[in-house]
Amino acid sequence: MTPTPTAPVPTVLDERFRAAAAASGELDVAYDVLGDTPVGPLLVGVSERGLCRVGFDPEPEAELEVLARQFGARVLRAPAALDRVRRELDEYFAGRRHAFDLELDLRATPEFHRLVLGELSRVEYGHTTTYGALAAQVGSPRAARAVGTVMNRNPLPIVLPCHRVVGANGSLTGYGGGLDRKEWLLRLEGALL
Amino acid sequence: MVSTVPPFERFYDSYKGEVLAFLRGRAGRDRADDLFQETFLRALRAYGRLEHGDHLRAWVLTIAANACVDAARRERPTAELNVDPGREDERPALEELAPLTDDLPPKERAAVVLRYGYDLDYDMIGAALGSNEQAARQAASAGVRRLRKEKGER
Repeated sequence: MTPTPTAPVPTVLDERFRAAAAASGELDVAYDVLGDTPVGPLLVGVSERGLCRVGFDPEPEAELEVLARQFGARVLRAPAALDRVRRELDEYFAGRRHAFDLELDLRATPEFHRLVLGELSRVEYGHTTTYGALAAQVGSPRAARAVGTVMNRNPLPIVLPCHRVVGANGSLTGYGGGLDRKEWLLRLEGALL
Repeated sequence: MVSTVPPFERFYDSYKGEVLAFLRGRAGRDRADDLFQETFLRALRAYGRLEHGDHLRAWVLTIAANACVDAARRERPTAELNVDPGREDERPALEELAPLTDDLPPKERAAVVLRYGYDLDYDMIGAALGSNEQAARQAASAGVRRLRKEKGER
């Protein structure tokens, strides 16, 4: 195959296009990777309906495929669309924000998961609950294990605070982003000393 | 088998360099910057309607060529347009050529449109189609033969 000429795209031009794309309203998902949060890099994505993804250890390739399948193929890194999310997360990590004020897009999440995540969203900053208690709140007291699965697949960790869910004996149990992060978040909130 | 449409980020990342080089060649360095944004915004607008991920390179180069033609039209006074309709960049745009070539197999159609709609050379068309100059030449001439035959039959 004959190689075609290519030109390196200047950063200014690249950023200008991404900003225009974010402003066009044509994106299914605008995402960015927040490189240096206290819990490591975070991939965050928003649709026109609201926040649709918070991911630890972002492997953009795999994440982008999933986002495209769930929300549509027009997935682009467009930092301008994430300004508010970035600001609220910064404030949270600095200990200045105890609740997020963001629209959420959970349309790719199954109904039972949404129900459990809805209950989870009422667990306040600095408090913890247990898998069993959450299960009881959604009317399935014996579904603690199923609730664990919902936490593990939470598409919006931190914002939907699955780190506040612990085992009945107070042990941290598990976390989709790894126990170190769970511990860090609970310490930030003063729920762990 | 047809490929699935990749996330736009991957599509953009794969072709942005070629598109910019192509636009600089066609429209000059200054105008290429604006046309670059125009091209990918147009692609973004249409991207949600794509049914498969084949020939994306040919597709985006077609959009880029179209953006060049439209920009040249905008810049030229109407009077001059009327006086001199046969100028190089007044070749038929995709929307004029498309209905004629609708029934061609995809590769032949892309080759015909890029060659006669946009005056790309076979080298570029071959690269756009993911093959080579020789194959592009054959696809375009096969397409033209097929068009002549169809026209003759009607």
